[in-house]
Amino acid sequence: MEEVDVEPSTTLIPSAGFHRKHLGFEWGPGDLLVYETNYKLQGPRSAGSPFVHIVRRDEDICSPILRKLFNESHLIFVGLQKIKEDIPSKNKKSQFVSISKNYRSVIRACMEELQQNVSILLAIELIWNLCEVLFIDTAPAGSLLLHLLDWVRLHKSDVDARAREVLQSDSPAQHQSYWDVVRNTKKKLKSHHMTPLTLELVTFIKHCHYTYCRTQTLTEFEVKWRHWHEECDRCLQENTFASNRHLETICKILVGDEDTLLEQKELLSTWYHFLVTRLLFTHPTIKPPDLHYYAQSSMNMFLGPRASPEPLDIILLSAFEFDLHQVIKDCSIALNNWWFVAHLTDLLDHCKLLQSHNLHFGSNLREFLVLEYASGLFTHHSLWQLAVDYFDHCPEFGRVYLELQIERVPLDTERKAIKVLRICEDRQMSEQVRSICKIMAKRALRNNRLGSALSWSIRAKDAAFATLISERFLQDYSNKGSFTDLDLLDNLGPAMLLSDRLTFLGKYREFHRLYGEKRFSEAARLLLSLMTAKIAPRSLWMTLLTDALPLLEQKEVIFSVDQTYELMSCLEDCFSSVFQDEDIESTKTELLRLALARNLTMAIVKEGTIET
Amino acid sequence: MDPIAKYISQKISKTRWRPISPALLQQPEVFATGSWDNENNSVSIWSVGEHGVSNTDGEFDEEPQLLCASQHDGDVMDLQFLDQDRLVSASSSGAVMIFKLQPDCQALSLAHVWERAHRYSCDNTPCTAVVCRSPELVSVGEDGRVTLYKADQTEVVRVIENADSSTIHAVTFLRTTEVLTVNSIGQLKMWDFRQQSDSPAQILSLTGDRVPLHCVDKHPNQQHIVATGGQDGMLCIWDVRQGNTPFSLIEAHSAEMWEVHFHPSNPSHLFTCSEDGSLLHWETTSGSDMSTLLQIPVAAQPDTVCQQPRCA
Repeated sequence: MEEVDVEPSTTLIPSAGFHRKHLGFEWGPGDLLVYETNYKLQGPRSAGSPFVHIVRRDEDICSPILRKLFNESHLIFVGLQKIKEDIPSKNKKSQFVSISKNYRSVIRACMEELQQNVSILLAIELIWNLCEVLFIDTAPAGSLLLHLLDWVRLHKSDVDARAREVLQSDSPAQHQSYWDVVRNTKKKLKSHHMTPLTLELVTFIKHCHYTYCRTQTLTEFEVKWRHWHEECDRCLQENTFASNRHLETICKILVGDEDTLLEQKELLSTWYHFLVTRLLFTHPTIKPPDLHYYAQSSMNMFLGPRASPEPLDIILLSAFEFDLHQVIKDCSIALNNWWFVAHLTDLLDHCKLLQSHNLHFGSNLREFLVLEYASGLFTHHSLWQLAVDYFDHCPEFGRVYLELQIERVPLDTERKAIKVLRICEDRQMSEQVRSICKIMAKRALRNNRLGSALSWSIRAKDAAFATLISERFLQDYSNKGSFTDLDLLDNLGPAMLLSDRLTFLGKYREFHRLYGEKRFSEAARLLLSLMTAKIAPRSLWMTLLTDALPLLEQKEVIFSVDQTYELMSCLEDCFSSVFQDEDIESTKTELLRLALARNLTMAIVKEGTIET
Repeated sequence: MDPIAKYISQKISKTRWRPISPALLQQPEVFATGSWDNENNSVSIWSVGEHGVSNTDGEFDEEPQLLCASQHDGDVMDLQFLDQDRLVSASSSGAVMIFKLQPDCQALSLAHVWERAHRYSCDNTPCTAVVCRSPELVSVGEDGRVTLYKADQTEVVRVIENADSSTIHAVTFLRTTEVLTVNSIGQLKMWDFRQQSDSPAQILSLTGDRVPLHCVDKHPNQQHIVATGGQDGMLCIWDVRQGNTPFSLIEAHSAEMWEVHFHPSNPSHLFTCSEDGSLLHWETTSGSDMSTLLQIPVAAQPDTVCQQPRCA
């Protein structure tokens, strides 16, 4: 088994395990069931807690504002999957960058709405942004630093506020924040009263070329920058600004003196801010592979020897080291929801940045994470519909997961069942269709809604269930003596052909109707065909023959000779096979035989008579 | 005009414009939504555009704003405005509820509940649809009952027990005393409340497969013309006086059609929405044939469509 990287956190379950009883547990798709067992290590037996506790790791999924995050990111995810493979990679890269920005703007929108408890979202956005800069946008040396500057600036919201504040302050010497030095000094200092020394400093800053622009090549820029840096250094050595402490500090910052920078700790507030500052003033043309060295040392310098880095710091450090897998792994452990890692990994996978090594317990990393996320979604009473699309885009195991999960969606109303069925039918999951329809039909049957039950059987094309329903109808008929739900039986239509028993039921009802309308010969023919075509179940032949009795005893001859012979043979069949032990039937049989014999005579006479 | 989309943290099953008095020549601005599939469902009132103020080009380009909401027990299966201030909802718990809206739309409160309007002997069953013609309401449910209420009376006026052996999905008024229901074995049944018996005055169905019908709407001006939509996405226009065949059959959608509506003031226009994700707008050119079609694709599956008369 693998080593555990972090100490597992303890969750206290109230009212469980008080009397030192052992706890049992069972994994569910999104949560854990915990219960008290009877086993106790020591001490007398005592009654335990009768409760089963559901322990859920992820509470975010229930937050109404975060729901918007899930919904909007779902849309972005589906859009990402649809990007065609054959576009040239340059266009793809810009598309991926814009998708990454979409994700981030969704996170930011949620943060604005949440207002409290945003620290996790802030951290997520920070990490995502860094990953976008380093991995997706893959900025080369030169523009890398510019991107990192933007990154830090975006996440240090008070920079602009401070800049404004300084703009309004009277004394330019007060401003210590190096951002002000970078951007606003030029504008600001023009409007303030300046000492000659400040003027000189301003001149320096004006000559600062450390804004890399694409028109220059890297080497050109490097040369210019080096020249400027030497000038700055020279100024410092010559103690040009010795009279004014503030200006000297600014100059030291410009030179990139680490100790001076470290003195501004409260302004910098984070080690990565410090890192970018450092790079800005010492190595503006930093190349991506060299980043990690500075990152590690910056972190050590900033945090000091005693402070231990937080999970966020470690994740960022791994990102600077370009160790994607470590980033993903640490994020998975630190966060309680798979949302972030699933979407980020999916995007990185599309950028072809993840090596496709197979995991022991699933397919590749991307699919594993997306499946985990989607499974978590499925446990939500409402978000399960989103999860379907995620499963659709997991080529190896998605379908299996969906098949297992979709059957377990609770079906309170028919409308919800219809939506679930449509999902299954669209994906040709016929097993699940049958199973769900059967559940609905069984429920309907239990509540005596025979029409509903039939409509579910028709949808599933479930002949067996249709037979069951017909049996139920026939049972009702023999109990009550009449048919229930005539509106259904009279209007079965082609659905009748779904099962033999159903066909019989429909035709039998038709027989009764014809009899009621006094269309005797048609009724007779129908009745006979029911028996001879063997649609009628044997158990009901006696009933059918008894139904024939009133027809036989009509004044007018209805059954022809041939028909009578057939009836007789049916009777004999019936008598010989099934109802030998029925005493009650014997009188009926006698009656029938008599009636049949009489009918036969009359029929022979009628058919033998020549009309003149 | 492009559709405006706004994410709210619940799935919406029904949406209805609030009726405005015909004297005011205004576009409707307030609409109600009902949610489903939540642990706590709610009925909410929203407004589009400022009250009484529209933008310079007369278009509403703002997102809808939530005005007020009320808890709703169970999924909202259907929603109808009884009049300007009262909203009726059909719940999956089997209850029919009337909500009262304050005149300034600041609060929505439950005015009356008919609990267990639809039920089995030991269970609740969803009420699937409700229709209003003030002051009367008719509700139908999965239990196959048709129930008639009067808005101000606590007691139910009339119940037709066992009206149907299958689920009744939708209902509409044909005349003041007649309603038409559609069920899950593809039948249209007409009920006349003046008659004492509990059997339908007329039954219509398509010859052919018994496809469940999910929605029905009556032509605003002609009482015998109705449109129905069902599980297979077919749009059928029927003349209920004339027997068993619809005079128009269109393969409108590739999945269940959830709602169909005639435009209230311009009945040659029809709107349908479906599980396949589209909302379609149909137009009759002459008499009975439907020819042109304008497709408005929507991102998710729309469950509901509603329109109000636009003033010329």
